[in-house]
Amino acid sequence: MNPHRRAPLVRLAAFLVYVFLYAPIIGLILYSFNASRTNVTFEGFITSFSENTQMDGSLVVSSPCGPFHWYCDLAKNDDVMAAAGNTLKIAIIATLISTIIGTMSAIALQRYDFKIKPFSQLALYIPIVIPEIVMGIGVLTLFSQLFTWANTAFNLSGDARLSMGIATVTISHIAFMVPFVTLVVQARLQGFDKSFEEAAMDLGANEWTTFRRVTLPMILPGVLSGGLLAFTLSLDDFVITFFTNGPGSTTLPIYVYGLLRRIITPQVNALSTVWILVVFLAVLALHILQNRESKERA
Amino acid sequence: MLKRLRENKSAQGTLLALPTTIWLFVLLIVPLFLTLVVSFGGRSPDGNVIFKFTLDNYARLIGFSTDCAAGQSTCFDPLYLQILWRSLTLAFNTTVLVILLAYPLAYFIARANPKQRSTYLFMVLIPLWTNFVIRVYAWMVLLRKEGAINIIIGTIAHWLGFNFVPLEMLYTPGAVLVGMVYEFLPFMILPIYTSLEKIDNSLYEAAADLGANASKTFAKVTLPLSMPGVVAGTILVFIPVMGTFIVSDILGGRQVILVGNLIQRQFLDARDPAFGSAASLILMVLTLIVTYFYTRKFGFGEEIVAA
Repeated sequence: MNPHRRAPLVRLAAFLVYVFLYAPIIGLILYSFNASRTNVTFEGFITSFSENTQMDGSLVVSSPCGPFHWYCDLAKNDDVMAAAGNTLKIAIIATLISTIIGTMSAIALQRYDFKIKPFSQLALYIPIVIPEIVMGIGVLTLFSQLFTWANTAFNLSGDARLSMGIATVTISHIAFMVPFVTLVVQARLQGFDKSFEEAAMDLGANEWTTFRRVTLPMILPGVLSGGLLAFTLSLDDFVITFFTNGPGSTTLPIYVYGLLRRIITPQVNALSTVWILVVFLAVLALHILQNRESKERA
Repeated sequence: MLKRLRENKSAQGTLLALPTTIWLFVLLIVPLFLTLVVSFGGRSPDGNVIFKFTLDNYARLIGFSTDCAAGQSTCFDPLYLQILWRSLTLAFNTTVLVILLAYPLAYFIARANPKQRSTYLFMVLIPLWTNFVIRVYAWMVLLRKEGAINIIIGTIAHWLGFNFVPLEMLYTPGAVLVGMVYEFLPFMILPIYTSLEKIDNSLYEAAADLGANASKTFAKVTLPLSMPGVVAGTILVFIPVMGTFIVSDILGGRQVILVGNLIQRQFLDARDPAFGSAASLILMVLTLIVTYFYTRKFGFGEEIVAA
């Protein structure tokens, strides 16, 4: 038993850091029930229920949704729904592609020797050691130069003109997500016994069957956690999206950022609360899955 | 053809790695190269890039201004150097504060019993996965003059019979520092935790058997063995802090301008991509130099993947 296991000072420090981590989140959630439209001070909850929303100056006196007035407001906001749709669309496509090609390259880097291997491995570390903004303006420059050139070279006009949009955001997301998928799957492959595959091959299975029936099931947890990491990175991304989005491809983080620079109503807090709740449920599900897996392995 | 591929292991490997390699080449390496080319260029009146070779943008960054008082053609204006210095010191201060906050928590989690440990870790993951922009906004709610912190201090002061004038906390350098620390704290907790958790319990027992007290055990066993985590965490915190512009934008309210804000404005408001490219390359070189010397001194931990 180590001597300082129950050091009260460590406990106190840990407790205070948790308070620091959670106080802003709790404040944010509390203000989503604010009766004040300007959301500067907390003016109490919107308690009474009635047929229509009643206002007294900037105070919401009563609402059909009661304290959840701002959540009802949010559901009626088409911009938010469109941004949520874009965010999901981009995240799903980018996750699928980056998980597939990321897993392929992880297998290649772990199992094969080939000429461009050192280069492929080194390229994976670029997004870790270079600030995101540098990559953001890099892809912005790439796309804008490419589009300017293509638009004049092919005489594109009107709707045919190439411009920033969902496609540029998705392509850029994949570029900075793939390295994370590859590194996670590679880590999983490192502790992986090759003899199972050799046994399958000896029993007459071809490469594809071996991959499908033996390799894939064994690395699947790694692939899934790589994919999940990629998905959350995409959902969460602000910087890359900021520089590569265009009209009609606003994502939720970009939308929230836009609101923060204008008028802030408790609707922003309601949106944030819903988001935090979704994140909480997702992390909880992952947590339960991982616990189950580690119990099975034990 | 297919048969030859089946026998050629090297070709198989290349083929498997090819999509990722091409993707990264086109979207990470080509853009970096383009940024370099643009940084030597100029700006057309409508905000487009003129490709040429000039060092004007770099000269402007290190203080040679062309925008001088009457009669002078060149003069010294340290504005951009000040911005660079401000970003560096902020990144340094943030990293130090984050280490001081993250270490006790990581230590606490690593020494908790296994069942509670995963719950404590889970509690670190929630703020980590909450959106970056939302987390900055949360501090706006707390730091405002009419915000939660001032209300709480005000109430306590009222009980104690003091007269309390609400503090101006939002839109100050302090607010930006707090926001940065908050944003990047989880990125330090996880790698330190990973390296602390690896320490074998028998080492503590050995230290105790040899008569080491708590502080000596910490200094001779715990701290050295957890250094890889601190190093990995530092890389995960220092580099993004250098380039972030949202925190200073929202909590600094245009009072605190960092390199990130400078670059962002060149691309959006000021419409001078060539100057922005030069600034972003300087930022990249600066972070690479700091990271290089830092990792050469302390090593590059594999803990970086764990987070």
